[in-house]
Amino acid sequence: MAQPEDLLYSKEHEWVRLDGENATIGITDYAQESLGDIVYVELPKVGTAIEQFGNVGVIESVKAVSDLFTPMSGTVVEINTTLDGDPAAVNRESYGAGWLFKLKLSDPDEAKSLLDAAAYEKITAG
Amino acid sequence: MRAGAKLVPFGGFEMPVQYSSILREHDAVRHRAGLFDLSHMGQFWLTGDTVAGWADTLTTNAVGTMKPMQARYNLFCNPDGGTLDDTIFYRLEKRWLLVVNASNADKMWQHLDANRPESGVELENQHGKWSLVAIQGPRSFAMLQPHVDVNLEELKYYFCTEGHVDGVPATIARTGYTGEDGFELFLSSNDAPRIWSALLETHRSEGLEPCGLGARDVLRLEAGMPLYGHELTEDITPVQAGLSWAVKSVKPEFRGKEALERQIHSDGYSRIVGLVMSGRVPAREGYTVWHEGRLVGSIRSGSIAPSVDNKNIATALVEKAAATEGTRLEVEIRGTKHEATVVPLPFYKRAK
Repeated sequence: MAQPEDLLYSKEHEWVRLDGENATIGITDYAQESLGDIVYVELPKVGTAIEQFGNVGVIESVKAVSDLFTPMSGTVVEINTTLDGDPAAVNRESYGAGWLFKLKLSDPDEAKSLLDAAAYEKITAG
Repeated sequence: MRAGAKLVPFGGFEMPVQYSSILREHDAVRHRAGLFDLSHMGQFWLTGDTVAGWADTLTTNAVGTMKPMQARYNLFCNPDGGTLDDTIFYRLEKRWLLVVNASNADKMWQHLDANRPESGVELENQHGKWSLVAIQGPRSFAMLQPHVDVNLEELKYYFCTEGHVDGVPATIARTGYTGEDGFELFLSSNDAPRIWSALLETHRSEGLEPCGLGARDVLRLEAGMPLYGHELTEDITPVQAGLSWAVKSVKPEFRGKEALERQIHSDGYSRIVGLVMSGRVPAREGYTVWHEGRLVGSIRSGSIAPSVDNKNIATALVEKAAATEGTRLEVEIRGTKHEATVVPLPFYKRAK
């Protein structure tokens, strides 16, 4: 399926929505589809400083535990607490209600190392 | 994210973990019906006058007392009582059908062959040549009946019959591994794909869903049924797994008998228990289990359980002192201890 054009993507299948010095992070439709039914999401705590491409949590489907990586560095300013009661939102709306966490970016230039929609599409097509 | 594939190699077969979604497939089996391709399971044919007497020396449950067309759960053990495999015997008209786990098919074939008597028992390995299609769920009876030339109402639980499915010869058994009413169809691998497609195409609009091994694992765990490699291994005896009902001390002799009887009498062994997690974090195989600050065992299987109020359930092998119903235990998950309670098995029992 087509990826939203206004987002950036990592090779680990996260998306980033940039908003000045802030960013919203989630996993892509390809990722949620590959994982299957998501039953638990463990996110970093608000206030934590996290490093680009670092392991910051887990996403669990019925069958498997997968590591969650952050595509950019920064301080966690908000997490999606509705996922506690409704982790399946990540399956239903991976680019909307299923967002994971928001960062105050420590290095907005890191965005240059991420992929645009067309480039991300290529790595999921193979 | 690191994404996983949905087809996995299993016992030499490429097996579907899921077709649509594990939870959707699970829901179909509990409320409508699901169709399973279980052709990876080993099927052995045992023929001859002395099969029952011989099999009784290698298994814990009774073979000789089985009625014609009866099916019975049975276990093979090593001399120490550890489980080689858990299986089902079907007593057919002219032979016995033994269904073994895919992961143990080669081992079990060698085990039977090595212990075969000089005469009186013929063994045929049909692994791959014969397929197994299961239809499971409350609507499986109504869906299957129009396809078969036998009256399914007369087919009792854990019995089988010889008949035809859409004209194809099949052994039709009222057995399964889901905790629901259902049927298992043993048929030639030449015919199986056509029967699979016919059942699916005819009944998909009534809610029949193709189901993979992922849904099957959740269904069997909820129903308290062991899965070889998890609740049963060469180091976990049937007694430890709560299957003493299938260990028949009245049989004069069988492989592992002494060890199993000693274990039953000693009573001090670690055993499989059911756990319900208090929180939202799933327990997974291998996580350690703690009681009052002491390590007492480990998780053997775990899953979210849609039929148990969407709670996280698990089985664990724990010391006797931690195995009493109602005991509060802790499961260590990524460095944090999470509360769990010992509950009786099964977690889920269908309304009759």
